[in-house]
Amino acid sequence: MTVRVQEADFDVGAELTALRAGDARVGALASFVGLVRDVNHGVGISEMTLEHYPGMTEKALAAIVDEAKARWDIYGALVIHRVGPLKPCDQIVLVAVTSAHRGEAFAACEFIMDYLKTRAPFWKREVTPEGARWVDARESDDSAATRWEK
Amino acid sequence: MSVQVLYFASLKEALGMGGEMVELPAGVTTVGGLRDWLASHGRDKLASARNLRCAVNQDMAGADAIVRDGDEIAFFPPVTGG
Repeated sequence: MTVRVQEADFDVGAELTALRAGDARVGALASFVGLVRDVNHGVGISEMTLEHYPGMTEKALAAIVDEAKARWDIYGALVIHRVGPLKPCDQIVLVAVTSAHRGEAFAACEFIMDYLKTRAPFWKREVTPEGARWVDARESDDSAATRWEK
Repeated sequence: MSVQVLYFASLKEALGMGGEMVELPAGVTTVGGLRDWLASHGRDKLASARNLRCAVNQDMAGADAIVRDGDEIAFFPPVTGG
């Protein structure tokens, strides 16, 4: 189980290869990559900055991964989230999960992403033609996370 | 009792600081009490911020969470990562 918060970009291919390397139990690897779009709520975005709460961020992500591990039979999990200045088309986040079968891998990957969106202390600030603005949380993210509650 | 208070994102910007050490009167014992006390002592943005979230020692906490000497208490808007 690996959690990394970093300014640097990441190589998805290399990360996925490393996650499953040498583990012959793995029959499924599910991954999600979040990217910076050039438009949000109909307004053009030229730049974005991601702020976070150092210390709590890593702790919150590790807790989310631990919960995924408790719920599903998964072998490996990886979360990489970037912070600092980003531009459209840049990678923001990678979540990847390995398991024996696809059902567990898909579900755990989606769960980690949904909880990350509502529980990990990151904040986006985007630059638009009218100036910079903090991104508002979406209600759809709350409902996406709520559906996993038992 | 003194606590380390941290502010993030739009709240940090509105208050013009990322954090402060705060000496609290004896009557302030919860996160909600701390928020009210700070709001009435010059940090009025804490009163008007919508859906403010809080963490105590880097764990999400509700308004009724207990505040203890030496705690790290963070206030911030709803998160928007991913």
